[in-house]
Amino acid sequence: MNSKLTLNTMIDRFLPIVGLTLLVVVITIMNQQFLSPDNLLNLLRQVSINGLIAFGMTFVILTGGIDLSVGSILAFSSAMTALIITSGVDPIFAMLLGSVVGLVAGAVNGLLVTAGGMAPFIATLATMTIYRGATLVVTDGNPITGLGDSLLFQLFGKGYFFGIPVPAVTMLITFVILYIILNKTVFGRETYAIGGNETAAALSGIKVNRRKIMIYALSGLMSAIAGIILASRLDSAQPTAGETYELDAIAAVVLGGTSLMGGKGRIVGTLIGVLIIGVLNNGLNLVGVSSFYQQIIKGLVIVVAVLIDRKNK
Amino acid sequence: MIEMKDVHKAFGANKVLLGVDFELKDATVHALMGENGAGKSTLMKILSGVHTYDQGSIIRDGTEVKYSNLKDAEKAGIVFIHQELNIWPELTVLENLFIGNEHTKFGLLDNKLMRRKAEAVFERLKFNINLNRRAGDCSVGQQQMIEIAKALMMDTKVLIMDEPTAALTDREIDVLFDIIRSLKESGVSIVYISHRMEEISKISDEITVLRDGRSVLYSRTEETNYNEIVRAMVGRDLDDQFPERSHDLSDDVVLTVRQLENKAHPVRDINFDLHRGEILGFAGLMGAGRTEVMRTLFGVDPGAKEIEVEGKRVKIDKPSDAIGHGFGFITENRKSEGLILDFSLVDNMTMPSMQSFSKGGFMKQKDEDDFSDLMIKRMNIKSEKQSIVGALSGGNQQKVVIGKWIGSQPKILILDEPTRGIDVGAKREIYHLINELTERGVSILLISSEMPEVIGLSDQVAVMQEGRLRGILDKSRINQENIMTLATGGQLDE
Repeated sequence: MNSKLTLNTMIDRFLPIVGLTLLVVVITIMNQQFLSPDNLLNLLRQVSINGLIAFGMTFVILTGGIDLSVGSILAFSSAMTALIITSGVDPIFAMLLGSVVGLVAGAVNGLLVTAGGMAPFIATLATMTIYRGATLVVTDGNPITGLGDSLLFQLFGKGYFFGIPVPAVTMLITFVILYIILNKTVFGRETYAIGGNETAAALSGIKVNRRKIMIYALSGLMSAIAGIILASRLDSAQPTAGETYELDAIAAVVLGGTSLMGGKGRIVGTLIGVLIIGVLNNGLNLVGVSSFYQQIIKGLVIVVAVLIDRKNK
Repeated sequence: MIEMKDVHKAFGANKVLLGVDFELKDATVHALMGENGAGKSTLMKILSGVHTYDQGSIIRDGTEVKYSNLKDAEKAGIVFIHQELNIWPELTVLENLFIGNEHTKFGLLDNKLMRRKAEAVFERLKFNINLNRRAGDCSVGQQQMIEIAKALMMDTKVLIMDEPTAALTDREIDVLFDIIRSLKESGVSIVYISHRMEEISKISDEITVLRDGRSVLYSRTEETNYNEIVRAMVGRDLDDQFPERSHDLSDDVVLTVRQLENKAHPVRDINFDLHRGEILGFAGLMGAGRTEVMRTLFGVDPGAKEIEVEGKRVKIDKPSDAIGHGFGFITENRKSEGLILDFSLVDNMTMPSMQSFSKGGFMKQKDEDDFSDLMIKRMNIKSEKQSIVGALSGGNQQKVVIGKWIGSQPKILILDEPTRGIDVGAKREIYHLINELTERGVSILLISSEMPEVIGLSDQVAVMQEGRLRGILDKSRINQENIMTLATGGQLDE
């Protein structure tokens, strides 16, 4: 976006990174292990699934929408991928098909929101249940195992690339691509425009509905990729995978400073938000905070972050 | 009496007020004038406690006062009625009147008391209104009365009104003026912000003109005149408001519209031709259906129509189709339909023409910047290209909207109330810009509710009444009388 950096927008942009730095410092003081290369690589792998989902979510939220169905799409795509693999199809091809499943599921969300005129919250609340139900139907409620030893499929969730976990590499590459799309292309500009003022966007000739469908499809695709990574890492597809993942993704987007009203926000912020949540999960474990307290702390971090953000406006 | 002396105010590096003196006597209607961006709103926001000032003083009846927020100022009897009315459309008139100041009895709403008070106030205003009506169903004029009544409820001494007549009918304006006069008699002072010169001379006792953050004229209304005020506002003499035009129609027909019909609004049977470089004005009363014609033409509203552009039949189902066939549409409502207020000037400017400012889907930022620089210079926009559009004055925002459509290089440009709510200087600039476009072969469909504008600019005028086109006047027959006759359903003598 071509806007001037005023003091306020500068503060806006640096708040998330200041928060992340602060968190890292505090946790490192409590346990030096946190900054060890092993732990950092582990952390990167841990955040990659939420990262991928949150990147897609960023686009959706920028248009003023929301996607609650991401966790269910993750489970459904990973189940479909696993089923296709176990039916004897080449795993690479199965992964592609699984991604298409996510893409289509997302596009359906987009159709409900545009052609159906439904509020995004309601539309994706409904498909969240539908896709979860569909996952249970196709898996019969049981994990699907025996996903074979295809090297590429195994690498996707468990491998390393020059010492960096492959899921983290996938996340970072995806991040770069989506960053460029959002900031340098017509598609990105239109995404912001739709969230900024949908009427003005439509009157300027932007094909609002078509864009929205593509954006929900993108969110579905991101969830599907996350689902395939998860299936590869666990060597199985779990019918209950991805439950409540939408909440972490939305939290990451909000922590990154993107407005739920749409039109304003940055995908770099989302990456930082994802890292904040990851550092919290990982760090609090290292420090030995009980998982009960972890939830309280995570919630408090969100409250504080949003409060500071509000104050600044 | 309130005296504001040498008031300074800056927002960051942006100096808005550079020493303003403003003197408001008791029981006076004081017109505050100036171009957009001159500092009128900022000054009044300071007086009403919304903003603080950096330097200067406010003296009220001999003692210095400082209002640090809206409530403070309200307690001191200063109320600001903004141009955008503060109405809760889903609540009733009565509920709106007492919002935030509800009367209660044992913790429950005391509707009886509130109703009694409301009736008393409307009686004072000599205005009849159903208190149980949903405020959203009231006309803009009635909504304005609700706001005035609300102010009177609070023992108001100073009432600031920003462009109160912008959306009112002539009859409603008369009612408003009667009320202003009776308020004045009861000792209330009124600051009246307006661009409409004839209203100012009709209603105000004194005038202060601001220019570029300074007060440049303070006079009793009867001791000044139109020319002096305009000169003070723009800092120079105003030569002809409208550009010279030859008004000769080209033989080249760019657009033919036949049997246009709007599905939702009773607009039917609209037929007209538009020639290359022509300005075809659309006149008519509010609600005659002019905007609906344009919305149908541009593919915003559903409807039926037969359209030929440069002799070729075209199909327009959505705005992107229209843009593809060379249309541009400057809508009547720049904030809600024309601009993305959170976007920078550049990003707004290239919105309808991203295809030509991109390659392979990637935006060409340098081209965007160059184009914006050019437009800023050519249209004399007082802002940087990276500024957020929401922070600009109305006149500058309107120039951005026009710039964005110039960028799409339209053959046919629809202008719906292109100068609404902007000041004399900016208006003139926009008129000349429109003329310049026609000289380069752009054809214009112009809707305007300001009669001088339609008459001064148009080569032909199409007059609408109740959804029908009542006639198209050629240049020799364009005058106020003919337009009004057709607009009110009359017939012209042949």
